[in-house]
Amino acid sequence: MASSSFKGLISALIVFGIILGFGLLFFYPEPKSEEELKVIEKAEMMAEENAVHHQEWTFAGVRGHFDKAQLQRGYQVYKEVCAACHGLKLGKYRNLADAGGPGFTDGQVKTLAAEAEFEVIGDAGAPVARPGLPSDAFKSPFANDNAARSANGGGLPPDLSVMAKARNVHSEAPWYMAPVQYLKDIVTGYQEGGPDYLHALLTGYKETPAGFTVSEGLHFNTAFPGYQIAMPAPLADAQVEYTDGSPATVDQYSRDVSAFLMWASEPSLETRKHLGLRVLLYLLITAILFWLAKRMLWSRLH
Amino acid sequence: MSHQSTYHPKTGFERWMDERLPIIRVASDFLTFPTPRNLNYLWTFGGILSFCLAVQIITGIVLAMHYVPHESMAFASVEHIMRNVNWGWLIRYTHAVGASMFFLAVYIHIFRGLYYGSYKAPREVLWILGVLIFLLMMATAFMGYVLPWGQMSFWGATVITNLFSSINSIIPGLGTLIVEWIWGGYAVGNATLNRLFSLHYLLPFAIAGLVILHIWSLHVVGNNNPTGIPVKKDSDAIPFSPYMTMKDGFAMTIFALLFAWFVFYAPNYLGHADNYIEANPLQTPAHIVPEWYLLPFYAILRAIPSKLGGVLAMFASIAVLFILPWLDRSLVRSAKYRPLYKWFFWLFVITCIALGYLGAKPPDGWYVFFARVFTIYYFAHFLLVLPILGLIETPKPMPNSITEAVLGKGVGRHGAGVPAGAAASAEKR
Repeated sequence: MASSSFKGLISALIVFGIILGFGLLFFYPEPKSEEELKVIEKAEMMAEENAVHHQEWTFAGVRGHFDKAQLQRGYQVYKEVCAACHGLKLGKYRNLADAGGPGFTDGQVKTLAAEAEFEVIGDAGAPVARPGLPSDAFKSPFANDNAARSANGGGLPPDLSVMAKARNVHSEAPWYMAPVQYLKDIVTGYQEGGPDYLHALLTGYKETPAGFTVSEGLHFNTAFPGYQIAMPAPLADAQVEYTDGSPATVDQYSRDVSAFLMWASEPSLETRKHLGLRVLLYLLITAILFWLAKRMLWSRLH
Repeated sequence: MSHQSTYHPKTGFERWMDERLPIIRVASDFLTFPTPRNLNYLWTFGGILSFCLAVQIITGIVLAMHYVPHESMAFASVEHIMRNVNWGWLIRYTHAVGASMFFLAVYIHIFRGLYYGSYKAPREVLWILGVLIFLLMMATAFMGYVLPWGQMSFWGATVITNLFSSINSIIPGLGTLIVEWIWGGYAVGNATLNRLFSLHYLLPFAIAGLVILHIWSLHVVGNNNPTGIPVKKDSDAIPFSPYMTMKDGFAMTIFALLFAWFVFYAPNYLGHADNYIEANPLQTPAHIVPEWYLLPFYAILRAIPSKLGGVLAMFASIAVLFILPWLDRSLVRSAKYRPLYKWFFWLFVITCIALGYLGAKPPDGWYVFFARVFTIYYFAHFLLVLPILGLIETPKPMPNSITEAVLGKGVGRHGAGVPAGAAASAEKR
């Protein structure tokens, strides 16, 4: 029995070996030139030095939830810094008071909304300005993309509504480790690639390394693909005045605004994770009952 | 093997109905359908797949109530579902994760069929219907991925529809004509989005129709089983209900646990972050990759150095499944008794996984090299290995019946079984 199985393994290996040999003969990849190798080596070194690291987030994992104070600070950073160029058009002021969000009161939301001015068609048919209402979407800083481009040297500051889901950290695991990496990400429910990247980007404005040239109008950034970004460093220490005594550092600002953007991208995160536990528990109990019933039923057969 | 109907109308109404539309008889016979007693948990995936199809259709119908198939509103309408529709996020994540779960289940189902030889006589039609369902599933999933109108939606649609332009290298101009006809314009745009939405809503019902035929055919030929030996006597089989319904229920709940894990704790893991960037025809993403379940075929497409060749190879990789029942010449169904085939089966599994991995990688250097090597094995497996194995392989001794395989009564299991060919030919009725 064992020998015939062994024969099967050997013959499968031989067949695959023949194909592999055929491949090596006919389409062996062209060896890279020394210059190409240098470029690759340099790129790999840059990637290694500037890898995006996973951060600790309160909203990670099965029992993840947002830290209300952090979201409020993040909103403050967004409002005072980011909102000068970036919109948040899919969110509404009223969302700031929603459960599982920054936890502003209805009164606070009214005040925050009223700070913005919206142009609407008035009763007489002519455009009139009115203060914002909680039901309004967050006001975008520019009237349209062209206005945004011309104010930003041709670059378009993207809307941030789903930014924390539109970016990710790419796994650099070698092929033989890929299954382990995939499994680890699934089992831990790793969904924080977006905020990890945003934090790395906002804290990634470092001195340009020797031998790296940055094009005119761009800025060196360790996290941005290609390491050159149009956005100048938006944050500086002590730029935003926190009222709760949190450190006024770029790192803290980045952390807070990344958390806020995660909430803005996924306002239902807390509800989802909360409901998830109950669903899993329900299914688990159902599965156990099914298993017991099935075992009892099938024992009749033996 | 289509079993004798065991239904006896009890009431006057049932008798009246039975003479006009024997639908109660069909339902009753469905429940009493004799199934081999030795089916393992791999046989629960048929039921799991029905569950997946139902989930996709129900969540899809609700999503369509809120979704707007327009190039300037589609992306925002999906976010509207996520933010403003009551439980919209749950419905959308279930639908999106559901597509992946559907494919996970269908791949297990297909590989089970390959391992136990479920495609062999008399189950060729059952198998072909299954391949048709798989093909429609891929088309439906691709169209569904276009609907959120993100960057991957748009560029995926551009790449896949452009495949037809390779026909230009046979008849110049025809490929372009077909592509523009599919697009409804000169580029992927609003017309394309609208028709893909329409077809995405239609095809699941075509799948449901094929599923009915698939099950009908199953009820004519009966289940295969891990031994591959046909049901010969009453003790080989047990009624579908309650035995299989209970077993299926357990397996389905375990599957639902995995499903729920993804929906609630990793809803975007199986998708691509770029699809949360609204479609922009002026900006091509750095890497255009399809969803994970299409990656092996994408790898085959890119492994061939000519565009037309790649397209043909990709379609051939599915087409070859249709003729599989006639490529495998072995009279023994189950790999359990096929010492050589068993190893080639696992080599084929590795090939498919490797192609999936390579499909997600940039097409250069050793990635292309291995994509080509595995593509060659993919086809060699069907076109060379299976026909040759049928001729040279000596099967292991098999038990006389399913009952014997399960309970091990009478003669020793490895003892004097019938000669390999006998069992397989005995059921050629």
